Amino acid sequence: MAIKKTTIVGQSFPRVESNAKVMGAAQYVDDMQFGPNLLHGRLKRSTVPHAMIKRIDVSKARALPGVRVVVTGQDYPGLTGLYLSDRPTFAVDRVRWVGEPVAGVAADTPELAERACELIEVEYEELPGVFDPEFGASGAAPLLHPDLMDYAAVPFIFRQPGTNISNWFKVRKGDMEAGWAEAAHIYEHTYRVPHVQHVPLETHVAVAQVDGNGKITLWSASQSPFAQRNLIAKSLNISHSKLRVITPYIGGGFGAKAGVSMEGACVVMALNAKGRPVKLAMSRAEEFHTTFVRQGLVAKIKMGMTADGRITAMQNTYYWDGGAYTEYGVNITRAAGYSSTGPYFVPNVHADSLCVYTNHPVGGAMRGFGMPEIHWAIEQHIDRMATQLHLDPVQVRLLNCLKEGQETVTGMIMHPTGLSQCIAKAAEALDWETPSKPSGTGKRRGKGIAAMWKAPAMPPNPGSSSTIRFNEDGTCLVNIGGVDMGQGALTIAAQLAAEGLGIPIEDVRVNTVDTDYSPYEWQTVASRLTWSMGNAILRAADEAKTQIIQMVAEVWGEDPQDLDIIDGNVVSYATEESVPLKNIVVYGMQKPDGTWAGGPVVGKGRFMPTYVTPLDAETGQGPRAVVHFTTGAQAVEVEIDEETGEVQVLKLVSAYDVGKAINPDMVRTQMEGGAVQGLSTALLESIILRNGQPMNPSFTDYRIATAVDAPVEMVNIIVEVPQDDGPYGARGIGEHAMVPTAPAIANAVRAAVGVEIDSMPITSEKVWKGMKGQE
Amino acid sequence: MKHDITFTVNDESYSIAVESHHNLLRVLREQLVLTGTKNGCSEGECGACTVLLDGEPVNSCLVLGVEADGHAITTVEGLAVDGHLAPIQQTMVELGGTQCGFCTPGVLIASHALLLRNPDPSEAEIRAGLVGNLCRCTGYVRIVDAVREAARMQRTSVSPIP
Repeated sequence: MAIKKTTIVGQSFPRVESNAKVMGAAQYVDDMQFGPNLLHGRLKRSTVPHAMIKRIDVSKARALPGVRVVVTGQDYPGLTGLYLSDRPTFAVDRVRWVGEPVAGVAADTPELAERACELIEVEYEELPGVFDPEFGASGAAPLLHPDLMDYAAVPFIFRQPGTNISNWFKVRKGDMEAGWAEAAHIYEHTYRVPHVQHVPLETHVAVAQVDGNGKITLWSASQSPFAQRNLIAKSLNISHSKLRVITPYIGGGFGAKAGVSMEGACVVMALNAKGRPVKLAMSRAEEFHTTFVRQGLVAKIKMGMTADGRITAMQNTYYWDGGAYTEYGVNITRAAGYSSTGPYFVPNVHADSLCVYTNHPVGGAMRGFGMPEIHWAIEQHIDRMATQLHLDPVQVRLLNCLKEGQETVTGMIMHPTGLSQCIAKAAEALDWETPSKPSGTGKRRGKGIAAMWKAPAMPPNPGSSSTIRFNEDGTCLVNIGGVDMGQGALTIAAQLAAEGLGIPIEDVRVNTVDTDYSPYEWQTVASRLTWSMGNAILRAADEAKTQIIQMVAEVWGEDPQDLDIIDGNVVSYATEESVPLKNIVVYGMQKPDGTWAGGPVVGKGRFMPTYVTPLDAETGQGPRAVVHFTTGAQAVEVEIDEETGEVQVLKLVSAYDVGKAINPDMVRTQMEGGAVQGLSTALLESIILRNGQPMNPSFTDYRIATAVDAPVEMVNIIVEVPQDDGPYGARGIGEHAMVPTAPAIANAVRAAVGVEIDSMPITSEKVWKGMKGQE
Repeated sequence: MKHDITFTVNDESYSIAVESHHNLLRVLREQLVLTGTKNGCSEGECGACTVLLDGEPVNSCLVLGVEADGHAITTVEGLAVDGHLAPIQQTMVELGGTQCGFCTPGVLIASHALLLRNPDPSEAEIRAGLVGNLCRCTGYVRIVDAVREAARMQRTSVSPIP
């Protein structure tokens, strides 16, 4: 069958829900009304980073009038976790980070709940802590999880008995001795990335209620309604059918709202609330260090290059600061392992990616899932080596970047990719060869580039599904289990359904998620919805379309091959007859003999990748580590003030191979938003932890980029080399947009003033000190 | 302790009793159920709760409910006139200035206030005018575009009403 030209896919429609958002009418969890019997939850949190709990006395809290529920870890000792079940809902016996919940209170007002938390007495016996992942991985560190080997876990993580290492991903590829021998130049260096926070503008919030039949409903600002249902049901040992998760609009996620963090505590309180709904909302301070943070990283890179810039060998060690619980972080470690070389062909690799328990906040998924962190190291390293060898950083990247048919670090054969194009186009758009003049005296300018790759990081078999139902007037409802957290999933779903069905996009409505009515979706993470959920939607559309066409063909006495649906009408290429979808998609059609054909049209579709293979535990090698990689590059120009060390990003070019842009303008808005989030982490952000105590959990002390920090000029370039397993060839773009930003800026800073910044963020102080050090 | 206050919100008059310690944000969201105005930090840092108080933008989390007595408040729900979007709302939709939408109400109010003060702001003035409104999704690019375009629409009297 010839590929038809698309009419809706590839068009830049505005977001389908934007009117509700600009009118203040879009409902988020905190906007939902639960009536006057709503209880307000609050968590009593650990004040110490590592201790045994000697005693918890809740009697004074319980005695406070208006306090309805008090729960502790003794009441609900089950463990949970996405990949490794190591996390209790409330601490049992031991606390492992400052902010860990030790008790929960629900009361008539938020003020009473807060007062009750203050009245709970907890006596700790403090233990030595682990505040550095490299130390944590050593034999000298105290053990934070003596029961590590007893926790339930997925089969693709590798724990080390008697250590704090909850996953160790190893790559042993090629011949390292030969690789070093072939190199004309070998350079070794250590880079660091601090903890940062996602900072969704909406903090985590959940409401839970139990009805008379014991059915629990959880309204949750979540990227993962189905994963929350799964993990909470399992941790409470209840049936999945007894738990319903509803997710309306959510105010950003960036990974923070993936998996489960505080929602289980809300459910546990509701189970004790005698049918009253319980709301648990995180304060901004709590958001900064008690749900999820991006893990810290210590990255040691050793690279060999020939005199003309070809990479001969890489030896990388990544120590991930996983925090108190690594239930989610173990898979970031794995992703960093199977992506450990960056987007380059490297024949000889020795890589170790270690997830290490520390007494720091819990590390979780954040936009990029380990890739911004490892690229901070790799992309600076390759740039420095290019300079050391008097080579052009763009040419070195073009020489080494992965091309179709080459082996990745895990032995997978690279699929068609536009990586070379992205690097070349980004450099060209920045006018790479031509230096530009500073805006005045005391200012210096520089240009930098960084490339990237990222695969959807997930289990081998995360599923998607979708259903499409028609209404009497020919419009349809698309049900999905994926969440629109701002990235545009509802709009992409509408476009794919409309294109697949042959109806106008105005005739498609996409519903937000209710696990009792929406079809299954693993999680809204890994930039996987457009790709995976998109495939399921196209299959649902195809099934619905087939039902319609077969009915009409039967009634008209035609061959279904001659019929199509165009702009909401079934048309016959043979007879030029036409009938609108209105009515027939619900009531069916009457045949010439007076009997009927058809019935209410319901299309269903599902998609699950079935082709990902396991990797060898000792070598990290296997035929197909991941489904595919999205690749790209960013190039930036900065200007630095010699007096203050302040870095201003003047121009930022992004170029990504998205396979096929379903909605090109929304691809560009992902590139812009991701780049500024990347810029913000590069220049401003760090959760300052002193012996486990968070020092800056507020917007006053933890700055994120504002409108004046955003680049003066941004250029977004879409490259489209189709992906064979993507809808219309599409790949994800959401996370990728911030992966190369920080190293690109660091490389530009080095080009401008010769200062090398090993440790993110690139503060004015560090740049200024670096410049002073040169004098 | 409760206090009786009378104030207007989006041109409608309200006489209600408010707790002395409740901020205006809580009064709007919980008592008037005007939930368009969002709570992003409760500390006056993020701008998600921005409303107009007698035409001036304020963080409603830093204003006590009782302080609104006798004043006129405009929230995001009051920007559209007779169901027709204001220019800044239209351009935010058309130019893609909203993603998750949580900062959007505050951004709209701050932008509206900026355009009331300065009908022809430069790019730098737009950015400075939005410095108190944090957005984590958009990178501000489309928001700045939307303000510039709304200003142009208003100056050239392109009717926001089709």
